[in-house]
Amino acid sequence: MDFFIQQLTNGLTVGGIYALIALGYTMVYGVMKLINFAHGELFTLGAYIGFTLLVTFNFTGLFGTVIGLGFSVILVSCLVAVAGHLLERVAYRPLRHSDRLAAVVSALGASIFLQNAIMLKWGAQRLAYKPNILPNVSVNIFGQPMPFIRILVFLVAVFVMFGLYIFINRTRTGMAIRAAAIDQGAAKLMGIDVSRVIALVFIIGPALGGLAGLMAGLLYGPINFNMGQIYGLKAFTAAIIGGIGNIQGAMVGGLLLGLLESMGAAYISVAWKDGITFMVLIVILVFRPTGLLPERVAEKL
Amino acid sequence: MSFSFKGLLSDRVPLEEGGGKERILPLPLTIAGIAIFFSIPVIFKVTGLSSAMYWLEVLNTVGLYAILALSLNVILGHAGMFNMGHAAFFAVGAYVTAILNLTYGWSILSTLPVAGLAAGLFAAIVAGPIIHLRGDYLLIVTIGIVEIIRISLTNNIFGVTGGPNGLMGIARPTIFGFKIARPQHFFYLIWIVVAITVTLFYWLENSRFGRALKFIKEDPVAAEGIGINTTRYKLMAFVVGAIWAGFAGTLYASRMRTISPGSFNFEESVLLFTIVILGGSGSQKGVLLGSFLIIGLPELFRGFQNSRLLVFGAALVIMMIFRPQGLLPPKPQRYKLPPPWDKMGQNGNSSQAKVSLSKKDD
Repeated sequence: MDFFIQQLTNGLTVGGIYALIALGYTMVYGVMKLINFAHGELFTLGAYIGFTLLVTFNFTGLFGTVIGLGFSVILVSCLVAVAGHLLERVAYRPLRHSDRLAAVVSALGASIFLQNAIMLKWGAQRLAYKPNILPNVSVNIFGQPMPFIRILVFLVAVFVMFGLYIFINRTRTGMAIRAAAIDQGAAKLMGIDVSRVIALVFIIGPALGGLAGLMAGLLYGPINFNMGQIYGLKAFTAAIIGGIGNIQGAMVGGLLLGLLESMGAAYISVAWKDGITFMVLIVILVFRPTGLLPERVAEKL
Repeated sequence: MSFSFKGLLSDRVPLEEGGGKERILPLPLTIAGIAIFFSIPVIFKVTGLSSAMYWLEVLNTVGLYAILALSLNVILGHAGMFNMGHAAFFAVGAYVTAILNLTYGWSILSTLPVAGLAAGLFAAIVAGPIIHLRGDYLLIVTIGIVEIIRISLTNNIFGVTGGPNGLMGIARPTIFGFKIARPQHFFYLIWIVVAITVTLFYWLENSRFGRALKFIKEDPVAAEGIGINTTRYKLMAFVVGAIWAGFAGTLYASRMRTISPGSFNFEESVLLFTIVILGGSGSQKGVLLGSFLIIGLPELFRGFQNSRLLVFGAALVIMMIFRPQGLLPPKPQRYKLPPPWDKMGQNGNSSQAKVSLSKKDD
């Protein structure tokens, strides 16, 4: 039972990170029908900028734990958001009206570019967040000692997702995003500036992705210039499982995938962890071809 | 006179394949180009180029990727299915060859059909349930398949794949007692297979099967409506592409002599996908050009080891911005109206134009 609870919290934590990344994929897909393959690299960028701030510049030492960490979170999110915005401007905007496959290849190119840019900037060897950035305390949950960082990551993920949910469903801007996702043409006729919606989506998504990168660094320690690939792939899987384009779906998909993965690794086999993930994906898509929570946007025939 | 006949008849003349294809180069030049290409090893030998072997190896790699990309082109270019897991079928072919050769002592050439069939069978089994998925869902599932294959190979599935280190000591192919071992031998083997592939897929593209795929790609609903069994044709395209990737696996295994799961990963599939789209999805010339550019060109910049991939990524983005349709996109198929009557048709306006065009070509 203890072991089970360990795996449960573990899965929820990593699931929270997947969900944050998946939100970026799903929002971009919802509005542009584009798989942003470079999103995983934005996640990596977040992890590396966080490393520079927290380890190289020692923010928590300079400003104290809470302010230093809060400052890093904000700075990482903003910087990655800027990177995401530039990415959209350079690599995707010129291709908005061309074939979708061209945009996919452009995204792949951008992904390769960013990955190598990060490698050239920070080096090819892995770096590690120092374990003493956050005070090493544990909290008891169900009689189980739980590292504070794990709880923090999960809570931040849930908090951010809740905030996004409110933003998308309760504000005028959120309504514009939803409208652009359903029908860009009609949204334009209603006076919505679709270009601005897309720009906004490319700010929110990368900001969340960068935040996830920082959290992954804090949670696990070592970071690597190509870590974005596997995280990106998993998060994209999560978005698909939830039904791509659907924001709640990405949250559910991310948490579900995190749980599946940690349970699979614990009770079946660590070596087959990623294999299990993809098998579940295939099984889900065979029986529900558009994901668990159906995509909101019907495909035009 | 003839003009009015044409007007009267045009509604009952069926569209028929006229083979009115435009060539980029006139035929003699194309033949000369192919001849020069196939004498590259000889030229290297005569001129005594110091890095000849290296460049032959590069050309061999380009050729292997060309075979793979041409087979992916059937799935992605002709049928329009987003398959980003083509390396999975390649892997099945390579491992079947390696296992049959190492464990059971089969000769490489005799493993070729088995490797192709195994890859095709595997494709039929995995693609069956997912073939109806639309674009992006199919894309992620095929990525999933290639990852599952890689993980299975790494975990030494059935105890025959050698785990993460892979399999070593695969034999060289022997044709009529001649052992193909040196790069120049492989050059001919690989590029002859490329030529066969191009010919076969050209024929396939212009067959009933190819036309059906094109229709399905352009408008699946209309294709279904006219009575094309879209699921069956899509599955066939998948299987044909996979069989060919399996053959490429055999060539790869015997060329490298060592195969390991790392060679069949997601990146490999991405590379193939990029070759097809960048070259011009659906066009064999484009795919060949894409193989040279994506596999061959970076070799010229070996010196800039570190920033090479950075430039490659940026180049992909720029290429797609300026040529989203690919470098050599397929020309729209042209069909010639048959002359109204066997002989009188020569006078018809449009058919006359076509005749003169094809005369110029020959």
